[in-house]
Amino acid sequence: MLSYITLLLLCQLAGEIITRLAGLPIPGPVAGMVLLFLGLVLRGRVPAELEKTSQGLLRYLALLFVPAGVGVIAYLDLLSHALLPVAAAVLPGTLLTVAVTGLVMQRLGRAAGEKR
Amino acid sequence: MEARLAALLPGLIHAPLLWLTLTLLVFQGAEALFRRTGAHPLSNPVLLSVAAISALLLACHIDYQVYFSGARFLHFLLGPATVALAVPLYRQMEIIRKSFAAIMVSLLAGSLTGMGSALALGWLCRADPRIILSMAPKSVTTPIAMGIAGEIGGLPSLTAVIVIVTGITGAAFGGWALDRVRVKDPVARGLAYGTASHGIGTARAMHASPVSGAFAGLAMGLNGLATALILPALVGLLHIGAAK
Repeated sequence: MLSYITLLLLCQLAGEIITRLAGLPIPGPVAGMVLLFLGLVLRGRVPAELEKTSQGLLRYLALLFVPAGVGVIAYLDLLSHALLPVAAAVLPGTLLTVAVTGLVMQRLGRAAGEKR
Repeated sequence: MEARLAALLPGLIHAPLLWLTLTLLVFQGAEALFRRTGAHPLSNPVLLSVAAISALLLACHIDYQVYFSGARFLHFLLGPATVALAVPLYRQMEIIRKSFAAIMVSLLAGSLTGMGSALALGWLCRADPRIILSMAPKSVTTPIAMGIAGEIGGLPSLTAVIVIVTGITGAAFGGWALDRVRVKDPVARGLAYGTASHGIGTARAMHASPVSGAFAGLAMGLNGLATALILPALVGLLHIGAAK
C-alpha cells in the first residue's frame, strides 16, 4: 500500500516537473495520470495493491473537492457583481455541454455498431 | 461570535483537527441524505457539504483561509487521486482503442459547446467582457481555467469560483440532463460529466460507475488541453475584449 501511495506521488511529482519544464498547459496531476497510464500499458496489468490503493482514494473523490468548494465564500463579493451573467451562462451552459457531449458519444458509439 | 469561539477553542480553530473532523462529518451526513433521497440532484454531497460548511463559516465569521489551512490535507489528496484515475482508465483500454475517434469528436463537440455557450450567453446578458472571458473556461479543471482566464483577459479569481459552481452544477444536475436526452451508455455519460464539469463531475461519475468515472477522468484531462489550445484562438477570432 505504502509503496503504491509513493508511486502515485512520484507520478504526480514527475508530472509537475515535466509540465513546468515543457511549459505544457495541463496541471501536474493530469500529466501524472498520463504517466501512470503509460506505465500500466508497458507493464500490461494492474498490480493488486495499486488497484486497492487507487480504489480507496477514488471512492472518496467527491469529499476531496469540498475544501476547494467552500472557497466560493471567499469570493462572494466578486460573484455578486457578476451574478446575472454567471447564473445565466453557467447553469444552462453546463447542462447543454453535458447533453451535447453525451448525445454525440452515444450516437457515434452506436453508429460504430459497438456492443458494450 | 468569532472572539468567543476563539476564546473557547484556543488553538483548535487554527489547527487542522477541527476542520478536518467537521468536513468529514458534514460530508458523511450529506452522503447519507443523498442515499436516503434516492440520489436527488439537490442532495448532491459536494453541493450540500459546501453549502453547509460555507453557511457555518459565514455565521461564525471565520475566514476561509482559517478553514482551508486545516482542510487542505484533504485538498492535497486531489493530486494523487487524479493520478490514480489512470487505473480505472487502463481497465477501459479496449473501449478507448475501439472508440478513439468517437471519443475525440464528442469531446471536441462538448468542449466547443462549453466555451461557446458561456461566450454566447454572457454576450446575450450584456455582461462586461472581462466577466464573459472569466466564464469561458468554466468547464475545465481550476489550474488550467485560471491560467487561460489570465491569458485571455478574464479575472482568474472569478474564474476559480465559476469553475467550482460549474462543477457542482454538472455533478448535481448533469444526470438529470443526460436522462432527459436519453443518454444511457456509461461511457457517454462519463465523457459528458468530465467534459462539462471537470473533477467534481468526475467524482459524480465515479459514484455512478467505475466505467463512467474512468471516461470522465479522461475527458477532464483532454478538455483541459483542448480548451487551453482552442479558447485563446477563439477569443482572438471573435475580437472579444478588444477594448481592454
